[in-house]
Amino acid sequence: MSTNVIMPQLGESVVEGTVSKWLKREGDSVNEFDPIMEVNTDKVDTEVPAPATGTLLKVYVAEGITVKAGTLLAVIGQPGEALPPAEAEGGNPLPPRNPAGAGRTGAGGQGPVHLPAPNAVLSAAPAARLAPSAQPGRDLGFISPVVARLAAEFQVDLQQVPGTGQGGRITKKDVQTYLAQRAPAAAASEADLPPWEKPGEGDLFRPTELQFAQGQPDQPAANAVLSANAVLSAHAVLSAHTPAAPQPDADFIPVEGMRKLIAEHMVRSAATAPHVTTVFEADLSAVLAHQSAHQAAYARDGVTLTLTAYFVAATVAALRAVPLVNSQWAEDKILLKRELNIGLAVSLDEGLIVPVLKRADEKSLLGLAREINDLARRARAGLLKPDEVQGGTFTITNHGVSGSLLATPIINQPQTGILGVGVMQKRVVVINDAIAIRPMVYLTLTFDHRVLDGAVGDRFMRALVATLTDWR
Amino acid sequence: MAEITLIEAVRQAMDEELARDDRVFITGEDVGRRGGVFRATLGLFDKYGPTRVIDSPLAELSIVGIGIGAALYGLRPICEIQFADFIHPAFNQIVNEAAKMYYRSNGEWRVPLVIRAPYGGGISGGLYHSQSVEAFFTHIPGLKVVIPSNPYDAKGLLKSAVRDPNPVLFFEPKKGYRLLKGEVPAEEYLVPLGPAKVTRAGSDLSVFAYGMMHAYCLKAAETLAAEGVDVEVVDLRTLYPVDRATILASVTKTGKALVVYEDNLTMGYGAEIAAIIADAAFTSLDAPVRRLAAPDVPAVPFSHPYQEWFMPNPEKIAAAMRDLAAY
Repeated sequence: MSTNVIMPQLGESVVEGTVSKWLKREGDSVNEFDPIMEVNTDKVDTEVPAPATGTLLKVYVAEGITVKAGTLLAVIGQPGEALPPAEAEGGNPLPPRNPAGAGRTGAGGQGPVHLPAPNAVLSAAPAARLAPSAQPGRDLGFISPVVARLAAEFQVDLQQVPGTGQGGRITKKDVQTYLAQRAPAAAASEADLPPWEKPGEGDLFRPTELQFAQGQPDQPAANAVLSANAVLSAHAVLSAHTPAAPQPDADFIPVEGMRKLIAEHMVRSAATAPHVTTVFEADLSAVLAHQSAHQAAYARDGVTLTLTAYFVAATVAALRAVPLVNSQWAEDKILLKRELNIGLAVSLDEGLIVPVLKRADEKSLLGLAREINDLARRARAGLLKPDEVQGGTFTITNHGVSGSLLATPIINQPQTGILGVGVMQKRVVVINDAIAIRPMVYLTLTFDHRVLDGAVGDRFMRALVATLTDWR
Repeated sequence: MAEITLIEAVRQAMDEELARDDRVFITGEDVGRRGGVFRATLGLFDKYGPTRVIDSPLAELSIVGIGIGAALYGLRPICEIQFADFIHPAFNQIVNEAAKMYYRSNGEWRVPLVIRAPYGGGISGGLYHSQSVEAFFTHIPGLKVVIPSNPYDAKGLLKSAVRDPNPVLFFEPKKGYRLLKGEVPAEEYLVPLGPAKVTRAGSDLSVFAYGMMHAYCLKAAETLAAEGVDVEVVDLRTLYPVDRATILASVTKTGKALVVYEDNLTMGYGAEIAAIIADAAFTSLDAPVRRLAAPDVPAVPFSHPYQEWFMPNPEKIAAAMRDLAAY
C-alpha cells in the first residue's frame, strides 16, 4: 500500500510552500520520520519528515516549485508497486484525496444500488405540495411584512397565490410570480374593454370557478387537485370552505356558528397535538355506596349528587399527583398550570360546549356537585357567561351518558389531556380468582405526546382509578 | 496590477503615507527594528528612521496617550496595538479622550489619530490573541471604526484613515493577513471611509459581513450559487458610522437578511445591523433577520476542536444561508 506525501500547512495563515530541496530521490528507500525534503514558506524553512517507511516511488513536484498546502508532492510505497490509478494516469499534482479511494472502490464492491422509484417520488411530491396550497379558504399561515405590503399595494387575494415557503408559507417570490403571471392577462383582456364589460369587484361578481378554484383548466396539477378535493370532501370539517357541487341525493347544511368553531378547533387540535389514548377501567362500587349514603343529605341542600362530581374530584386528586398532565405545550417550553380548572363537555342539540369549573381543587364534593348542577343547567339553557367557558386546564367528557363504552376524544386546545368517561355497566370481573359482578366503567386519557409519555399518563390514570376504587 | 497580501497592503499604505506627510509617524510594540510581530512595518524603520517609526514600551495606555497628545499638537500618529486583545488598557484614553475631544472643546481641538490592531480568531491564538473588540468601539460616537476584508480596501481605507481629521480605529483581520490576497494598482488611490460595498450582487437574500467573515461569506455564496440560490453579499467596510443606505437598499431588494460576525452573538456588532433592518426595512422583510456569530462563551478556545466549534466558517454560513433561503 502506498502513502501520499503532501505539502503540510506550516502555520495557521501559511497556505503555500516551496519545495526547496528533495533530500531523497525516486527509488531511494526512506524511513518514517526521516527528513525527506526541505520546504520554504514566507515564515519558516523546515524539513518535512517521511510519513511512512518504504521506497520513494514518485516525485511530482520539482525543487523550486511553490504549491498550496495539501498538494500531493510524492508517493512512498514498496518497490515495484503500482501507483494509485488516478495519480498514475494524470501524473499531475492533485489535491489530497482519500488514499483508499473509498468512494470509488466502495461503490464498486457493493454493486448497483436500487432506489425505490425515484422519478415517481420526485414528480409526485411537488405537485401534491403545491396544488392544495393554492386552495381558497386555506389557512395562509404566516404572512411576512413584505407579502402583506405587496398584497395591499397590488390588491392581491392571497388565497389565489400558491405558497412555496416553509410549511406552504407564501413568500415574496410567490407574490411576485403571481403578479407577473397576472399582469399580461389582465392587461390584454381588460385594457380594451368598455367599463360595462369589465367584471365588478368582490366575491359576488367573481365567477364561481375562481372563487372555489375547482377544475381550473390551466391548473398544472389537475389530478393532484382532484384527489385533494376528494380527501377534503371526505371530511366534513375540512370541506367547510370547499362546497362540493350540488348532488341530487344530498342536501347542504350550512356550516356556521358553533358548528364552524368546533370544526376549526378540532382540525387545529388534531393537527397540532400528537394524540395518544390510554384505557383503564374502574370499579365504582365504593363510589356508588358513598353516593347512595349521601344522596339524601345533598338533596336537602338542593344539590343532585351525580357521578360526575366523583369523576371531577378523582381527576383533581390525580392531577395533584401528576401535575404534568395539567399543563400546556408552548413550543420551547411546557407551561405547568397552577390552577386546576376542569372543563366539562356538555352535549347540546347544535353541538357541544365546555363550561369550566374553576379552581376545582379548592372545593368539596358538595361544592363540586353544586357547581356541576349549575353549569350543566345553564349550559343547556344557553345562559353561560363568556368567562365560564374559558381558562380550562383539563377537560372531562362524559360520553357514557349516550351509552358509549369507550371513546378517544380530541384534546381541547391548548390543554394537554382529556378524560373520557364511558357508561357504567355491571360486568363480570375476576377478584382473587373468584368471579364477581361489579359496576365497572372504562376511563380513557387522551393526551398530547409532546408534553408527556405513556408512563406518565398511566401514572395519572392509576391515581384516578385508585381514588375511585378506594372512595371513602 | 500586482497581487499582494492584506498585510502587504497595510504596509504599503503606511509607507506611502509616511513618505507623503512628514507629520505621520508610527508607534507601537516592536514596530521599529523588528518590523512588527506580523511584519506590518517591515523595512519602515530602516527607511524613515527612529523618529518616524518608534518602538514603544509594553504599555497600550501609553501608546494611545502619546498618540492623542501628538495628534493634538498637529502630528498624524498611527498607533499599533499588537493584538486587539490588548487594547483594553487604552480604553479610557480612546473613549474619554480621543472620542470626546472635538465635542468637549466645541470643535477647537481634533485628534487625527489612527489606531491599528489585528483582531479575530481561528488562528489557534487562544484566549488573548483571538478577540474581536469592534462592538466596544462602535458604541462610541466620536470614533470611526473600519475593518477591511481585502488588500485593495485595506490599503485605500488605511490611507483615508491617516488623512481623516478624527480618531479612526482600524481593525485588521489577522487570519486574513496572508490568506487574503488581491490585486492592488501601482498608482495611488483612496477608498473613502463610510460606504459599504456590494461585493456580490444577488436576488434571494442579503448577507452582511466584514473582515474575515466577509471572505467566508463570498465562499459560502458560491456554494449556494451551485444550489441555485442567488446570494447578495455586502462588505460593510466602515462599521461606524455605518452605511445605512446600502444595507437598506439590499434588504429592500431581497427581503431577507443574514448578518455574520465572528464576535460573540449577544450585543455583537450584527445586532445593530439587524435592528436597523427591522426598523427601517420592516415592510420589505420576507423572513426574520438572522445573525450567525460565535457562541456566548468567554473567549475563543485554544483547543483546536473547540475553536472550530466556536468560529463561524463557510460551511456554517452556507447552512445559515440555505436555511434563510428556504424560509
